[in-house]
Amino acid sequence: MARLLPAATCGTMLAALWIAFMVVPTEREMGIVQRIFYFHVSAFWAAYLGFFIVAGASARYLWTGSRAADRLAEAAAEIGILFCTVGLIMGSLWAKPIWGVWFTWDPRLTMTVILWSIYTSYIMLRAFGGEDDAVRRWAAVLGLIGVLDIPIIMVSVRLLRGIHPAVITQKEGGSGLVDPWMRIGLAVSSVAILLLAAWLIRLRAQSARLTEEVSVLRQEALARGGAA
Amino acid sequence: MHAALAILRKDLDIEWRTREGVSTVFVLAVMLLVVFAVAHDLPPDEAPALAPPVLWATFVLTGLLGVQRGFLLERENDCLAGLLTAPVDPASIYAGKLAANVVVLGAMQAVVVPLVGLFLHVDMVPALPGLVVVLLLGNVGFSALATLFAAVAVRTRAREVMLPLLLLPLVVPLLIGAVVATRTILADGLGAARDGLTVLAAFDVVFVVAGWLLFTYVVRD
Repeated sequence: MARLLPAATCGTMLAALWIAFMVVPTEREMGIVQRIFYFHVSAFWAAYLGFFIVAGASARYLWTGSRAADRLAEAAAEIGILFCTVGLIMGSLWAKPIWGVWFTWDPRLTMTVILWSIYTSYIMLRAFGGEDDAVRRWAAVLGLIGVLDIPIIMVSVRLLRGIHPAVITQKEGGSGLVDPWMRIGLAVSSVAILLLAAWLIRLRAQSARLTEEVSVLRQEALARGGAA
Repeated sequence: MHAALAILRKDLDIEWRTREGVSTVFVLAVMLLVVFAVAHDLPPDEAPALAPPVLWATFVLTGLLGVQRGFLLERENDCLAGLLTAPVDPASIYAGKLAANVVVLGAMQAVVVPLVGLFLHVDMVPALPGLVVVLLLGNVGFSALATLFAAVAVRTRAREVMLPLLLLPLVVPLLIGAVVATRTILADGLGAARDGLTVLAAFDVVFVVAGWLLFTYVVRD
């Protein structure tokens, strides 16, 4: 199953590119820039996939102490942040010609930036903490607290609306997707990006396992008095 | 419960004898207020609009230091290790530390809030009951996460920056709820601020319970 991931990713990705750029009609009001939407939305689904995997794997690590779960959490956090960043950049590219600004504090954007900060701090904690079980437990606690924060962030950012002057009320995708090919394009590109994310998470977790093995081997070599 | 109360009393005793934490936090809060007021430089009639954000930004920034200090004290002479070897449930340690932080930050709020009113020309007296509710809810929610992550941060290498790094993104929803609720309470009274207070209450419940359950994983060796 996992061996099929690269091939499946490449296949659906090519299909997604072909549909988004060759098949789907150009959106009437936004023009060509609307085509970024298919990958922009998919990127955030991949980011959420990553963040929820962090929470699930963190819970499993605290419960069972499984090192594989810890590596999965670390991998999913990094890949989640990667897609969150890419999604934000793609969103800015779309927002500048359509909204006239690169960024605005509308509820959904605010929420995304907060999530980005939470999981960046997760990566910082792992980077600065060191390499022992305590750090793994702290990271797992943060992974769980982060996902508990998501619904509260969602509710709280909605409070901001209506109090601040809403510069932009138009929602991406709200008016579009009139053509059936637009919906197919979104579905195919979502599958492609989610497969890509799954593949990357797998690769990253494998590389974390190799890093751990190397560090164990090095310690053994040092203990034997050999050169590391 | 008994152990939590003992830890609360111990922390407050230490604080009362030295008064270092409270006094540094007070002075820092006053200075931050001055910085915010000067940096914004608003005409007197527009200044009240600034009160809720300045109040809560000051609270969060000074609160970070106040809570961190409580755990740095435990680090000296390995007090935390002593606490953990005592036959005390880690959840009780969390409860005691949380209560101590709420008391210290509450004392800080009692000084900061009147000063915000003074500097930014807000008459806070009519809205006082509502303000007490929002200040307490904000304090408990902030302390719930700060207590949990201060125990993490003091044991990492980059401990001075680690607590703000971990805590600030997580408390943004609390900050939003508190600022919106405070603004509404000052303008329209307690009844109108239901949405903001609901967010704060949900934040408090979720993270007090989560902290209470997860603290054992943070301090276990």
